[in-house]
Amino acid sequence: MPKIHVQYFAILREQRGVSAEELNTSAATPGALYDELRARHGFSLPRERIRAAVNDAFTDSSAPLRDGDRVVFIPPVAGG
Amino acid sequence: MFKISATPIDPVALQGALADERAGACVTFEGWVRNRNEGQPVLSLEYEAYVPLAQKEGEKILGEARAKFSLVGAACVHRVGHLKLGELAVWVGVTAEHRGAAFEACRYIIDEAKARLPIWKKEHYASGATAWINCATRGEHAEGVPPG
Repeated sequence: MPKIHVQYFAILREQRGVSAEELNTSAATPGALYDELRARHGFSLPRERIRAAVNDAFTDSSAPLRDGDRVVFIPPVAGG
Repeated sequence: MFKISATPIDPVALQGALADERAGACVTFEGWVRNRNEGQPVLSLEYEAYVPLAQKEGEKILGEARAKFSLVGAACVHRVGHLKLGELAVWVGVTAEHRGAAFEACRYIIDEAKARLPIWKKEHYASGATAWINCATRGEHAEGVPPG
């Protein structure tokens, strides 16, 4: 199974309890991976409110994941 | 120039760095930490950023501003860390030959920064509660409204 590195920020970091983790997953896309992690850890935010970034670039939640990808799930932003 | 800063922003130094004899106008914006949000008293707030992507997206926004408006220079700095009331959270500076472009570009940069940068804000309220802004879900409380 592909190994994915996930980094968490803000509310997701607090709800997951760690700021990063490596995991083996069969999830094919960031969206599917979020669903899997949300089911496992009970994240409050639904998938529709999360953006995905892979390898430090915004990406579509349906873009294919590859072994070694670094994924960040981006909760609703609030800068400024 | 776009930067995420973990230390206090020096607006005088940043504005000085934009000095350019080609510019007839300099417009700056300062975002300050204010004491209320959605009717709730705020004690302080924390900003957290996904720095590599915030850096890229911030530079992209400045590039867009330079392409859309006739500018001499543009810079933006956003804080991360735990900020007190009145502290400077974000700074935008724009120079141009003429003031129209400077005003418009400054507005564009801060508006885009707020909409797009992967930066999150956690407010600390007088009640002792905290909230990640824009991250509330139904069943707890309405979006953006702090608890307590």
